[in-house]
Amino acid sequence: MSDHDYRPKSKVGQWFNDRLPLLTLANHLTDYPTPKNLNYWWTFGGILTFCLITQIVTGLTLAMHYIAHADMAFESVEHIMRDVNYGWLIRYIHANGASMFFLAVYIHIFRSLFYGSYKAPREIIWIIGIIIYLLMMAAAFMGYVLPWGQMSFWGATVITNLFSAIPLVGEGIVTWLWGGYSVDNPTLTRFFTLHYLIPFLILGLVVLHIWALHVPGNNNPVGIDVKKPSKDTVPFHPYIVIKDGFALLMFMIVFAFFVFYAPNILGHADNYIEANPMVTPAHIVPEWYLLPFYAILRSVPDKLLGVVAMLSAILILAVLPWLDTSKIRSAVFRPLYKQFYWILVADVLILGYVGAMPAEGLYLLIARVATAYYFLHFLVILPVLGIKEKTLPVPLSITEPVLGGSPNLAAARNKESKIE
Amino acid sequence: MSEKKTKRRDFLFTATTAVGAVGAAAVVWPMIDQMNPDASVKALASTEVDVSSLTPGNTLTVLWRGKPVFIRRRTQEEIDEARNVKMEDLIHPEKDEDRAKNPEWLVMLGVCTHLGCVPLNDKGDYNGWFCPCHGSHYDTSGRIRKGPAPWNMEVPKYEFVDANTIKIG
Repeated sequence: MSDHDYRPKSKVGQWFNDRLPLLTLANHLTDYPTPKNLNYWWTFGGILTFCLITQIVTGLTLAMHYIAHADMAFESVEHIMRDVNYGWLIRYIHANGASMFFLAVYIHIFRSLFYGSYKAPREIIWIIGIIIYLLMMAAAFMGYVLPWGQMSFWGATVITNLFSAIPLVGEGIVTWLWGGYSVDNPTLTRFFTLHYLIPFLILGLVVLHIWALHVPGNNNPVGIDVKKPSKDTVPFHPYIVIKDGFALLMFMIVFAFFVFYAPNILGHADNYIEANPMVTPAHIVPEWYLLPFYAILRSVPDKLLGVVAMLSAILILAVLPWLDTSKIRSAVFRPLYKQFYWILVADVLILGYVGAMPAEGLYLLIARVATAYYFLHFLVILPVLGIKEKTLPVPLSITEPVLGGSPNLAAARNKESKIE
Repeated sequence: MSEKKTKRRDFLFTATTAVGAVGAAAVVWPMIDQMNPDASVKALASTEVDVSSLTPGNTLTVLWRGKPVFIRRRTQEEIDEARNVKMEDLIHPEKDEDRAKNPEWLVMLGVCTHLGCVPLNDKGDYNGWFCPCHGSHYDTSGRIRKGPAPWNMEVPKYEFVDANTIKIG
């Protein structure tokens, strides 16, 4: 790679870089060769970085006013909303920011699934991503508990009780998690501590995620290996920076819509009632981004197996690079996989919908079918498809299909060589 | 070189690692155990409830160790219903006689054994309790009859201090 030979122009720069090669790193990041055919689905990495930083900054400022105590938490959140200067804004950004974070991460994950970005040699990037996703869910869940409303309290009760499904030691683990015999003040203070810690763990993992990405380089919509740097790549700066920046602006419009026009639409009205250990709300639902997994949990009539199914639904993603036996990465060249991909998308959306509905009658039946299909997709369809599917011919380079499609091939070739 | 003899140095490595592991565990344990219920939480072990105002067919809910406790003064119908159930119809077989020593009084934790929600009174297919979270039905003895909950609602340790006072815990 060219950045190994990098030398800063100024004397001071050279002096500094010889002692701490930060400028070499900066040069690597700006010159980083990126496939030139990346589409807008590839801009969500940058958007997610923005989301993480937004959550950390708004979280830090909220923590200056929030009081982690069962008697005062609910009031301190109202204090933030009413008394603290711009407190309403900061809190609404933080609360909706969690939803935006998940929206972006789901698009990011499904981008990976469509274009086969999890396949060799990018398995480690993918697995780090799954760990980040798990930590995001933990952080979001604990963050939701902090306002100490009814949904906070009962959400915490239901989720921590999942651990009681573990044979023999389950009850002990739940008591240990609570620091008492029910969700109470000790639970709140430890959740606050962990909620504060996790974003920084995620930040560290994001560094590893990007580091692991920069070893093989980006996958791309065609899904073939590209030589880098070559005529198939462009430098990260300014090409990708501008594209990411534009996508981020579009994303921020959506973000701002929720913050300013519908700040509570993704939340639950019951959470504006202070936690009451004597009364469970009539209908407990988690935040929208956890609904598909909640539907899986409820679709299994046995407590332990329900928990196992829910966890497996997430952890199965970690072994996806080995379940998908196809050598072809991009769904563009996999006519059958492309169809199953969209069925999976629909399946997850259906699970999300029934997760928000009462677990009875038709909803329960749909949840069961959708749960079965979810596992079928990963455990049966993907391994078989890689062997049976007749894939389309894959181009040799990113440039080839563009040139091949040109009526004036010679002219295009000529032009291409001039650019080089 | 195929024969590898155990040397003094191997012993030292093993011994050092073992001592180090024990030391690390000794330091980690307090960090883990500090999360268990503390002395002040444990101290709130029992509570006394005046039940003189409770008429048959009504339930009093009190908080004990942060959890709701249902105290139900059952009607004769409810008692009969609970006692006439065949053991083989139960998911978690327990005799009503064992759950309510004094048949008129049913005292149990108002916590669904599925995922810990508080079931609703006088609801469900068995005229007992119904958990709104994931649809568990309990009978007039608080026994699980239908739904995902694995066990009957738990009967805590309690006693009648006098005719009108129950001590829970």
